[in-house]
Amino acid sequence: MLYREALNRAIDEAMRDDQSVVILGEDVGRYGGSYRVSESLYAKYGSKRVIDTPIAELSIVGNAIGMAIGGLRPVAEIMTVNFSLLAMDQIINHAAKLRYMSGGKLAVPLTVRMPGGVSRQLAAQHSESYETLYASIPGLIVFAASNPNYAYHALKKAIFLNDPVIFLEHELLYNEKGDVDFENEIDPFKASIIKEGKDITIISYLKMVKESAEAIRVIEESLDVDCELIDLNSLRPVDMPTVSKSVKKTKRVVLIEEDHKTGGYAAELSARIAEELFYELDAPILRIGGEDVPVPYNRKLELASIPTSEKIAKKIISWGKENGL
Amino acid sequence: MNSARVKEFYYLMKLGREFELAAKEEYMKGNISGFLHLDIGQEAVSVGSMKAFAKGDVFTHYREHVLAIARGMDPKLIMAELFGKREGISKGRGGSMHLFEPKLNFYGGDAIVGGHLPIAVGCAYARKIQGENAGVFTIFGDGASNSGAFFESVNIASAWKLPVVFFLENNYYAIGTHISWVSPFTELYNKVKNYMPSVRIDGMDVCEVYEETTKAKNYIENSLGPYFIEAECFRYEGHSMSDNAKYRSVEEVEIFKSRDPIENLKKKALRENLVESEFFEETDKKVQKEIEEAVDFASKAQEPDIAELYEGLFCKECANVIS
Repeated sequence: MLYREALNRAIDEAMRDDQSVVILGEDVGRYGGSYRVSESLYAKYGSKRVIDTPIAELSIVGNAIGMAIGGLRPVAEIMTVNFSLLAMDQIINHAAKLRYMSGGKLAVPLTVRMPGGVSRQLAAQHSESYETLYASIPGLIVFAASNPNYAYHALKKAIFLNDPVIFLEHELLYNEKGDVDFENEIDPFKASIIKEGKDITIISYLKMVKESAEAIRVIEESLDVDCELIDLNSLRPVDMPTVSKSVKKTKRVVLIEEDHKTGGYAAELSARIAEELFYELDAPILRIGGEDVPVPYNRKLELASIPTSEKIAKKIISWGKENGL
Repeated sequence: MNSARVKEFYYLMKLGREFELAAKEEYMKGNISGFLHLDIGQEAVSVGSMKAFAKGDVFTHYREHVLAIARGMDPKLIMAELFGKREGISKGRGGSMHLFEPKLNFYGGDAIVGGHLPIAVGCAYARKIQGENAGVFTIFGDGASNSGAFFESVNIASAWKLPVVFFLENNYYAIGTHISWVSPFTELYNKVKNYMPSVRIDGMDVCEVYEETTKAKNYIENSLGPYFIEAECFRYEGHSMSDNAKYRSVEEVEIFKSRDPIENLKKKALRENLVESEFFEETDKKVQKEIEEAVDFASKAQEPDIAELYEGLFCKECANVIS
């Protein structure tokens, strides 16, 4: 099943099972969704529950918060994380804070889906990641879906949680294929160990999981090591027990993200690892992230601005050699 | 306007006024901190609108103590919130600007100017598809009417014919910025004329506010779409306790004080023989006692425990995962 089909199925089943689930966003209804995630839902559930909004992100999220307070379970789609900046006041000042400011009385069961990341030559205003912004906000839950199985289970779970979830997707993953195990639910808050290993822990999320997986064979052959690959899945809260267990085993950790390296999500996670696991480490933490430039249009420059499997392999191999591997 | 109604208006406006004066005093004493926006002078707006819009959901700005009282929130719990106490309506997490009570459908106190308008519109959408016609009331100031959130909200509510009353209290000042400096016209109901019925009313007259809000309520209850009211009003105090309001002349303030909503209601009631004069003396005493009790309750209430710092951030299910 394709990643976008898995997302579609999660929403479809949620809408089928619970009348209070509604979706809203630009072109989600009659058009079927910019990335076809909401395809066929308009015909199935009608205009009351599949809502075509104006191009007004502040209102898409603001309206969704009001719907949530009013007893619905809205799933808002923001066309890309880049546009979510227009909705940031609603996400951060309202969705994330209303429960706490009301002494726990107000529930905001809201899901905000948004794809991000570098696609193909969409230039600086359509290529950002920004998960670091949302993952730094108390009151939000941030899921990042790297594969169809997680996408299906985590989105379904997110819709029925009673707190706001930022659900991150990646534009280049929509047509990725993968098996979905409909029988066995997963805990979306838990990280997955994609591959077990004993020498290096590689931690990533979203599309960089795939890039990392592709780099592993080269790294293992070159350094004669066994790598463990972790997909974080949930960025806030982060599954520190899984991270910690792996780091204690391998003693070496690499964090890989597509977002700009400075102030990126890996900056926070590496700080936590340094604070909590410093004496477990046999090598400095390695961070591999995007360059600190707005993402350029030109394909050669665009690829130079983000990690790729080749660059990941090269950087880890040289870091490994410098640190006794 | 019948006698019982006038009595109720007087009582609630007086209760609101005295609540605000007590809050001011407690702020000066250091018992209340942070931002404190007083509603003194604007009680007719708060009481008239809330008594007319007695059902349905209410989303307010941050100058909302009197709105909350008129909605039925216990002044004791509001004062305790202002004091930052655990017994406060928002358990000391919100303060003056954030008074929430889902049981009263009162979502009071958004402190981002205009930030609650899209939320009110979304709630109106929920009510519409749930088939509940009581709808939503949202109140905001002249400052908010210049924000992007305002224009988005007006557009969406109108496009989708949502049951929402937009109530603009135009007191002419966004902190110290006069509306004429930042809007092409000062009669702000003109901003939405092509979107929905819109009226400009005297916000210093509680009976007019009540009657006009009742019309608005009836309009939205009949699923005709949103309705807009601009009420001209005046705050006697600065924007908040940290604003000494030097930007207004004494004459300007005096003109509005001559239209005081509480005094004028009393005069009218006596002139038209709607209420006997003893009522006012008795009510003033009753109000004084209630306010004293509220301050006393707030003073004696407990501070939240530091161990409760994270309480209320997430629902139980999520909180369990996160800890």
